[in-house]
Amino acid sequence: MDWRRLGFIAMIILALIAVVVLVGGSEVDPAVIVVSMLATTIAVATPLTLGALSGIYCERAGVVNIGIEGMMLASAFFGWFGAVYVNTILEMAPLPSLLVGVFAAVLTGGLLGLLHAVLSVTYKVDQIIGGTVINILAIGVSGFLNRQLFFEKGSIFGGQVPHAPGVLPRFGVPFLSDIPVVGRIFEQQPIAVSAVLLVALTHFILFNTRWGLRTRAVGEHPRAADTVGINVYFMRYANVIIGGMIAGLGGAYFTLESVPSFEPLMTNGRGFIALAAMIFGNWSPFGSWAAALVFGVAQALQINLQFFRDQIPDQWAFLQQAYVVGLIPYLLTMVILTGIIGKTTPPAADGVPYEK
Amino acid sequence: MSQKKVLQAKGITKRFPGVLANDGVDCDLYKGEIHALLGENGAGKTTLMNVIYGLYEADEGEIFLNGEMVDIDDPNDAITYGIGMVHQHFMLIPVFTVAENIMLGAEAVRGLALDRRSVVERVRELSKQYGLEVDPHAYVRDLPVGLQQRVEIVKALYRGADILILDEPSAVLTPQEVEELFRIMRELTTQGVSIIFITHKLKEVLAIADRITVMRAGKTVGTVTPQETDEARLAAMMVGREVILKVQKEPAQPGEEILKIEDLHVLDERGVKAVRGVSLSVRAGEILGVAGVQGNGQSELIEALTGLRPVESGAVSIANEDVTGNPPRSIIESGTAHIPEDRQRHGLVLSYPVTDNLVLCTYYRPPFAKHNVLDHQAIDENGRRLVEAFDIRTPSPYVPTAKLSGGNQQKVIVARELSRPIKLLIANQPTRGLDVGSIEYIHREIIAMRDAGCAVLLVSAELDEIMALSDRIAVMYNGQVMDVIAVDDASKKKLGLLMAGSTESVIEQEAG
Repeated sequence: MDWRRLGFIAMIILALIAVVVLVGGSEVDPAVIVVSMLATTIAVATPLTLGALSGIYCERAGVVNIGIEGMMLASAFFGWFGAVYVNTILEMAPLPSLLVGVFAAVLTGGLLGLLHAVLSVTYKVDQIIGGTVINILAIGVSGFLNRQLFFEKGSIFGGQVPHAPGVLPRFGVPFLSDIPVVGRIFEQQPIAVSAVLLVALTHFILFNTRWGLRTRAVGEHPRAADTVGINVYFMRYANVIIGGMIAGLGGAYFTLESVPSFEPLMTNGRGFIALAAMIFGNWSPFGSWAAALVFGVAQALQINLQFFRDQIPDQWAFLQQAYVVGLIPYLLTMVILTGIIGKTTPPAADGVPYEK
Repeated sequence: MSQKKVLQAKGITKRFPGVLANDGVDCDLYKGEIHALLGENGAGKTTLMNVIYGLYEADEGEIFLNGEMVDIDDPNDAITYGIGMVHQHFMLIPVFTVAENIMLGAEAVRGLALDRRSVVERVRELSKQYGLEVDPHAYVRDLPVGLQQRVEIVKALYRGADILILDEPSAVLTPQEVEELFRIMRELTTQGVSIIFITHKLKEVLAIADRITVMRAGKTVGTVTPQETDEARLAAMMVGREVILKVQKEPAQPGEEILKIEDLHVLDERGVKAVRGVSLSVRAGEILGVAGVQGNGQSELIEALTGLRPVESGAVSIANEDVTGNPPRSIIESGTAHIPEDRQRHGLVLSYPVTDNLVLCTYYRPPFAKHNVLDHQAIDENGRRLVEAFDIRTPSPYVPTAKLSGGNQQKVIVARELSRPIKLLIANQPTRGLDVGSIEYIHREIIAMRDAGCAVLLVSAELDEIMALSDRIAVMYNGQVMDVIAVDDASKKKLGLLMAGSTESVIEQEAG
């Protein structure tokens, strides 16, 4: 991640926050707006951050994964189903139910990761096709089961959407959340916090451990790794499964942390935007996180502008239209992916099956 | 060198689908010796070494280390037994540092984290012990090939290798780097390392090897010492027949001027002037050789002539027709054939079948295309005919060209370029990395083109090749032509001085 890129990211984040301050600054203390924007940014960037990390594990090991969207969608569904099932049928308390849900989501992601690894590592199926298969499979399975389990008479939930166990509770990060004013930024829900921790952990793993060195080696030059006795297939399998599990955690965000319900297609392209963040971040954890925050701030803008709807001046009336602001994350994706800011370098063997 | 056998392979047989790569091969290695394994491309040298290194599993045969039979199933086993291999195509990761490359697969760790510092220290120790200076912190992508090779050797030593397999180590090196490599190899053997040295270069084995085993078509032909053999006899063992190492040709019969270059200036990628005012002329029926140390503007000159690189200023004409700055197709159509420097990157589409590569210059014209639709029957027929005529060794004309050996890939290019009516042949490093048989073949073809009245511009870094083929020799230094001399007036010493940038007067002074 070079300085130009970081500068670009900081500029966009500041500009979007400035828009909200300009609009709402007369009503609410600007400092509060800035802090709340930053807190929302980190929270809504969570699935993008996790999606990008998922992509990093896969692609650093040499397997392109465009199935992250599907992995997140399927995990969102099965996480939701798991939590609701143990909550309503087994009558488990809400918080443990939610944790069971998170576990189910991570498991779902891991299994889809395994599927992707079988397709792309063992059977050497074109990895774009493999990812597409997962995306289509996830849409179909989650949509179908959602209808069958929750809306069909005679299903286990009796044809009624059950009372939800709620969402994972917000908590304050020790010490940091006690700081006056900015402390609010550190009051987050657990998946958002783990996403940030995973960014740091992934950076450490990739660049400072044996596992990371070997992962990058099989993604750059698998034959070289093979000649020094590294099992290329094992490394690729393991990393794609780890990537799937992280995407699963990202999926859990949608139904267990953001809103307490499942909607068909609710990931809404976040898995693809996460890939854009990964590319923009040059396949590095911190870079991708910074890029995820850019998309996060665009969403935070959308949320906050709705709140300050009445304060929007007449000459900016178009911002009152929710869909205009809603377009911003997608426009940013396109602008960023046109390579507006320098060249990125994927791992050399990214997407190339290894033939012994 | 002692009489202790550290490694012995007995009756190794390895089959690939359709190929018997090793057929009952025997090979042994004494402690502290350099044992050269000599053979043409595809003779089975690398297969044998990959079996010993555990990358391939032999179908038959046994391997003994220090007299004990061992099973080497994968590279990990080989490494444990103290066998290290430096592959022909380096197994280094460009974006890793030297230290990271060296430790990969045998990482030093402290707790969970990589212990880079101890690896750096160990690398420094090894560098000192064996005289292999490398900077452990440098990124491999920034190193010249000679140094990358050194990293590979240190990588093997780091793993405690005392048997070192060097697969075609000199193929990618400059003559100075080869000297340096030989110095390192001798140093290693004095410290008890035993080396298997795979090559197809006769001069090198005679210079460095203690013993030479020759392989041909998957079998060992025999083992000799440098004292009891010479180049001609080794070549005959390799190829299986007498090889004419000296190129035979009649005096040139130059005709009209075909290629005329006037005051040509060309920029390189970085926008720096690489060719600075070159004027040359090549006539029909003669070979003009361009000698020079690589990187003195030869590549840029050829690219400008073939339309692959813009001309900054100056003029190029082919058969009295101005072609300055014309696109490659127009230059091809004016009767120019081009054998590019890097056959894999610029000469072939490796994933295409041989047949398609054979029509890359002509596919859009009858008989290969009618009304913009390819006529596959004509293309296939042409492919089969050329594979036959140019003796391209391939399982079939329809396999991807990547599957062919380097020599046969080069033959595909030669067949494509020389099978159409041409007035001018531009050949850049036409025999680089090829074995004796292929070199002989390509040299004969080039001479035949000359005798058929074609003008030939030949660029080569090998002085022997330039002197053997050329009628006149132009020496390039720093983007300029130092001088053009007739081959009869040329000596290696004179050319060497010109290549180093000395002017005529200096040479005369030195001679006087």
